Amino acid sequence: MRAVENALGIEIPNNARILRNLIEGIQYVQDHVIHFYHLHALDWVDIVSALDADPEATSKLAQSISDWPKSSADYFKTVKDTLAAYVNSGQLGPFANAYWGHPAYKLPPEANLMAVAHYLEALDWQRDIIRAHAVLGSKNPHLQTYLVGGMASPIDPTSQAAINADTIARLAGLFKKAKAFVDQVYLPDVLAVAPFYLEWGAIGGGLGNFLSYGDFPNADGENWLPSGYILGKDLSKVYPVDHEEIKEYVTHSWYEYDDETEGKHPWEGETRPKYTGPKPPYNFLLTDKKYTWMKAPRLAGHAMEVGPLARMLVAYASGHERVQAVVNSVLDTLGVGPEALFSTLGRTAARCIETVLVAEKLSEWTDELVASIASGDLKIHAGADAWNPENWPSEAKGWGHTEAPRGALGHWIHIKDKKIENYQAVVPSTWNSSPRDAKGTPGAYEAALIGTPIADPDMPLEVLRTIHSFDPCMACGVHLLDVEGQKITDVRLECANGFVSPLLKFRANGSKTNQDNDSNDSGSGSCSC
Amino acid sequence: MLVLDQQAVKTLVLGVGNLLMADEGVGVRVVERLAADYHLPDDVQVLDGGTLGMDLLYYLEGIENLLLIDAVQAGKEPGALLKLEDNDVPSFLSMKISPHQIGIPDMLFAARLKNMYPSHVVLWGVQPALIEVSLELSDVVAPKVDTLVDKVVEQLEQWGHTIEAKSNHSSAN
Repeated sequence: MRAVENALGIEIPNNARILRNLIEGIQYVQDHVIHFYHLHALDWVDIVSALDADPEATSKLAQSISDWPKSSADYFKTVKDTLAAYVNSGQLGPFANAYWGHPAYKLPPEANLMAVAHYLEALDWQRDIIRAHAVLGSKNPHLQTYLVGGMASPIDPTSQAAINADTIARLAGLFKKAKAFVDQVYLPDVLAVAPFYLEWGAIGGGLGNFLSYGDFPNADGENWLPSGYILGKDLSKVYPVDHEEIKEYVTHSWYEYDDETEGKHPWEGETRPKYTGPKPPYNFLLTDKKYTWMKAPRLAGHAMEVGPLARMLVAYASGHERVQAVVNSVLDTLGVGPEALFSTLGRTAARCIETVLVAEKLSEWTDELVASIASGDLKIHAGADAWNPENWPSEAKGWGHTEAPRGALGHWIHIKDKKIENYQAVVPSTWNSSPRDAKGTPGAYEAALIGTPIADPDMPLEVLRTIHSFDPCMACGVHLLDVEGQKITDVRLECANGFVSPLLKFRANGSKTNQDNDSNDSGSGSCSC
Repeated sequence: MLVLDQQAVKTLVLGVGNLLMADEGVGVRVVERLAADYHLPDDVQVLDGGTLGMDLLYYLEGIENLLLIDAVQAGKEPGALLKLEDNDVPSFLSMKISPHQIGIPDMLFAARLKNMYPSHVVLWGVQPALIEVSLELSDVVAPKVDTLVDKVVEQLEQWGHTIEAKSNHSSAN
């Protein structure tokens, strides 16, 4: 949409800008909380250990870190009893094979029980606050109501079927609730869990190159979260992003280019699939050849990490005061320096910090919307003239960019003779799960896994921690497989949308995997993966 | 539709899968056919769950019966049908797996802890023949859609629902 707007030179109205910020902002808050509690927490929290918790002590712990009201001993006892009934029923089902009792779990039983309670609370909370999308005429997941040129949800203070004063009052209530949970549950939990895992502030750092396209445009056209990139963990310099320096390589991907030693800018991008891997099910992929459906995007030749950590670091290094204040306060609380940000723990903390900041902005954007409506501006769309192909140039190119919750997302369009000549998307997980490029440079996941200590190669929980810290695309199960007779680095990952880490060979072992399907040959992501 | 008003829904028929991945999408194809060919009573909700997982949790609220339809890797002949009931369902899902099943076991787990687990859970599955980028079911699995729809109708009747075929009912594509 932004790619088309960019190609055709369409400016969206102020109200559309605010509505887009609001819808995207809610998406961030909900996504990040769900990621932490429902996709990542069990990498750190041992559910079975929670059964040994003393509800009284859990209550004391909870009250010592937050004013959140659901913290009585009775409450934690109820949660513990429910959990005990479930575990004792022998029906752990999908969780029976999880890594409970793994030596890398460090939390005391009480912290585990508190986290389980919050895991459950987060479910109800997210269900509630995501209604804000419906209130704005959108839906979740797979957001609607966006149009080239603006939004589809009308604003009309006198209509019940439009965004009106009631809508805004409902939004304000939902945002208050969202912020309360983030400030009183999510942030305190991260700060309470992190001290048990401080060594993870030095593990999983990876590339040290971070890219943000910037997003959440302010009224003045500047982005609230700035654009830029950082190289080699050097926070003293932020480079400007020139999208024309982005190229995608297929040296190790199941696509063909005429010259595979060179990358292609997305405007000239090609997607000619050519599978040359073994016939599934297979045991080995040749990592010196082609081994994945992911292309390898590079910016000015550099592999990049994208996501909340990248956004927070670019903002921090650009002198964004509010980001600096919250980041510094978290670092001070944990007693670590900024270097700890370049890590698995840093990634997880940055996601929480960003949620705190976005939850604050939701009410500011709501105020902006109120002020705009009060001034009599009800416009939400640039008008349908821009849709008329008669008004288009014979040829136009555009690039649209956003920061999806999991990272930098770019779309490129080439319109010729009123038709789409070419359309390419480079999604966040393409950056993060990128294979090696023509020069052999690894992508973010691979770089982050190098040097990860693994206590038990049969149960590589530590690998999950780092991969999950990137928030891999929801549809991408991390696929863990044993390696014959080898240890530590010989763990390989495969993700359902085609990412295969080049970390050596593997042997399938169904008993330890979350997944057991070697035939997931989907193309590179078409969602905001 | 996210804002849920579960008005006395007793039974949820949930087809899951990825329509972009050939036989992976068979669960969704079955519920589409069911909704097209049959009049279903108000207390039966038919849902295309796509590739969602935890997002589907609240559709379980207050229901008695859950009927899941999905492609399953059961190590059988392509096209083979499979029925699992109650406690066999989650433990089976733990072994298998297509991408969305990462989410479905999570959803069932959360349902347990939130005391929302349906009294009866049945999974009807089919062994896929083809899982790759394609909007079409394979020739092996496509003819099983009708059989699965019949199984779903049978199960719904067993749960006490009256299911009526639409007058234009046709099993042709």
